[in-house]
Amino acid sequence: MIKVHNLARFFGTKRAVDGVSFSVDRGEVLGFLGPNGAGKSTTMRMITGFIAPSAGSVTVGGFDIVEHPIQARRLIGYLPENAPAYTDMTVYGFLNFAAEIRGLRGDARKQAVNRVVETCFLESVLHQSVETLSKGYRHRTCFAQSIIHDPDVLVLDEPTDGLDPNQKHEVRQLIRRMGKNKAIVFSTHILEEVDAACTRAIIIDRGRIVANGTPEELRQKSEWAGAITLRVAGIKAADLSQKLNQLPMVRQTAILKEESGSVTVRVFPRSSHTGVLAGSIADAAKSWRIEELHTEEGRLDEVFRNITMPDTANKEKK
Amino acid sequence: MNAWANIRTITKRELGAYFSSPLAYVFIVIFLLLCGFFAFAVQPTLLDRGQASLSATFFFWHPWFYLFLVPAVGMRLWAEERRVGTIELLLTMPITAWQAIVGKFLASWLFLGVALALTFPVVITVNYLGSPDNGIILAGYVGSWLMAGAYLAVSCITSAMTRTQVVSFIISVVICLFLILAGFAPVVRLLEHSTNTWLVDLVTSFSVITHFESFQKGVLDSRDIIFFLSVILFSLFCTSVILRGHRAG
Repeated sequence: MIKVHNLARFFGTKRAVDGVSFSVDRGEVLGFLGPNGAGKSTTMRMITGFIAPSAGSVTVGGFDIVEHPIQARRLIGYLPENAPAYTDMTVYGFLNFAAEIRGLRGDARKQAVNRVVETCFLESVLHQSVETLSKGYRHRTCFAQSIIHDPDVLVLDEPTDGLDPNQKHEVRQLIRRMGKNKAIVFSTHILEEVDAACTRAIIIDRGRIVANGTPEELRQKSEWAGAITLRVAGIKAADLSQKLNQLPMVRQTAILKEESGSVTVRVFPRSSHTGVLAGSIADAAKSWRIEELHTEEGRLDEVFRNITMPDTANKEKK
Repeated sequence: MNAWANIRTITKRELGAYFSSPLAYVFIVIFLLLCGFFAFAVQPTLLDRGQASLSATFFFWHPWFYLFLVPAVGMRLWAEERRVGTIELLLTMPITAWQAIVGKFLASWLFLGVALALTFPVVITVNYLGSPDNGIILAGYVGSWLMAGAYLAVSCITSAMTRTQVVSFIISVVICLFLILAGFAPVVRLLEHSTNTWLVDLVTSFSVITHFESFQKGVLDSRDIIFFLSVILFSLFCTSVILRGHRAG
């Protein structure tokens, strides 16, 4: 549904977005990750046609956003950053306006408004002025506006920003549910949301895509992925690491903690032996008193830090 | 037809926005007070002149009232959208920028029309006191509304240039002041002393006062109508260029 090809946008000499390409099909929920100022919002603004690309192209449902903006925008629902809404209107008036400008008239409009009021739990503030709403309600009002015409494509810029944990959970569920028959792109810098709602994630940094894959694939990029953490009692740290290093599958060991009576060690496999490391350690360790043994999954936040801030992350390690 | 439906939706929303804020009522009250005060209290007053006509005492002042009031009405049109960020919603809806520009302009213009129409008691007064030529009065109203539209379109440009309403207000007052002074009698006399006639003609032809005068005499000259309409169209075109400039790649 969404095809982004070599998209670039310059502000003066600054390259906010620099050669971004990806595509999102129906049934996919794409999480857009990146530090502040990485180019997430700029990319989304170009997808929705708010700003024109400096180079490259965006097509939505086969329509080029520059050549056929109206047809393309009809397919898109958009929640801009900070969820703007007309403060001088009531929630009801605002949603009616959104429905009307999307071409919904008469009964269709009423049904659409009722549907989104129900989905976004706006019943209690329906006749309140947008100006007086709390941030959470304002956010949901703008979100309601974006799904009022049941669009095929949803572009959501930080949809859970400013919501309380319960509301965040609801919005993620909603995104996940709608993602089954829509193409959704949403940006966030909350990594747990990627697991909670995305089928795929892109990490963008300084205007370029630096990683693209399912949450599992991204996690694999962690250097911890496949490593084993082991706690053994009644052995000296030096002896333990020496024995472990003798195993052919072990690339490296690192002592994490040495307490009286037990040692915690992390064992990194050679890349080709990720799966069987645990077995071979268990074989070698028959005579040890193992108190704990588990395989690390790799953590997204570590991947994120390593990819987007390689310099600082390395410094911290040293 | 779709385009008109979109424009109507925008216009309706904007009009609603005007009347849901106290600013609209304050504006109307100030405008009516000014009109009443200048017609009945500033020498020569409507009653002193003993003429059943509105030109010299009522319409005469309109270019000056509008100088401050119309930029106040127009300043929020785009500046507010940009400040709050709703412009991002508006311009990603399936409408063209032109439809949004025209819709917003029409709403404000209609609003000014309502304010102008509410001065009807003055018309009733002169009709009660004498027998004026109501055709001339009607022409005056048409001219006044067109002139308000020209000021308003200028305010659209300045409003699109900034996200601060006050800045928009000040710049459009300055531009509108030029539109007035270019045909203001003392300025014209000054020009006549110092330069050629053709230059004076050129400058005065840009003034709203020159073009508004014939309306006050009851003459609907196509040149004057075209002048106001072309100021409006040109200004709206400039607005669209500025808006596109914000978004261009």
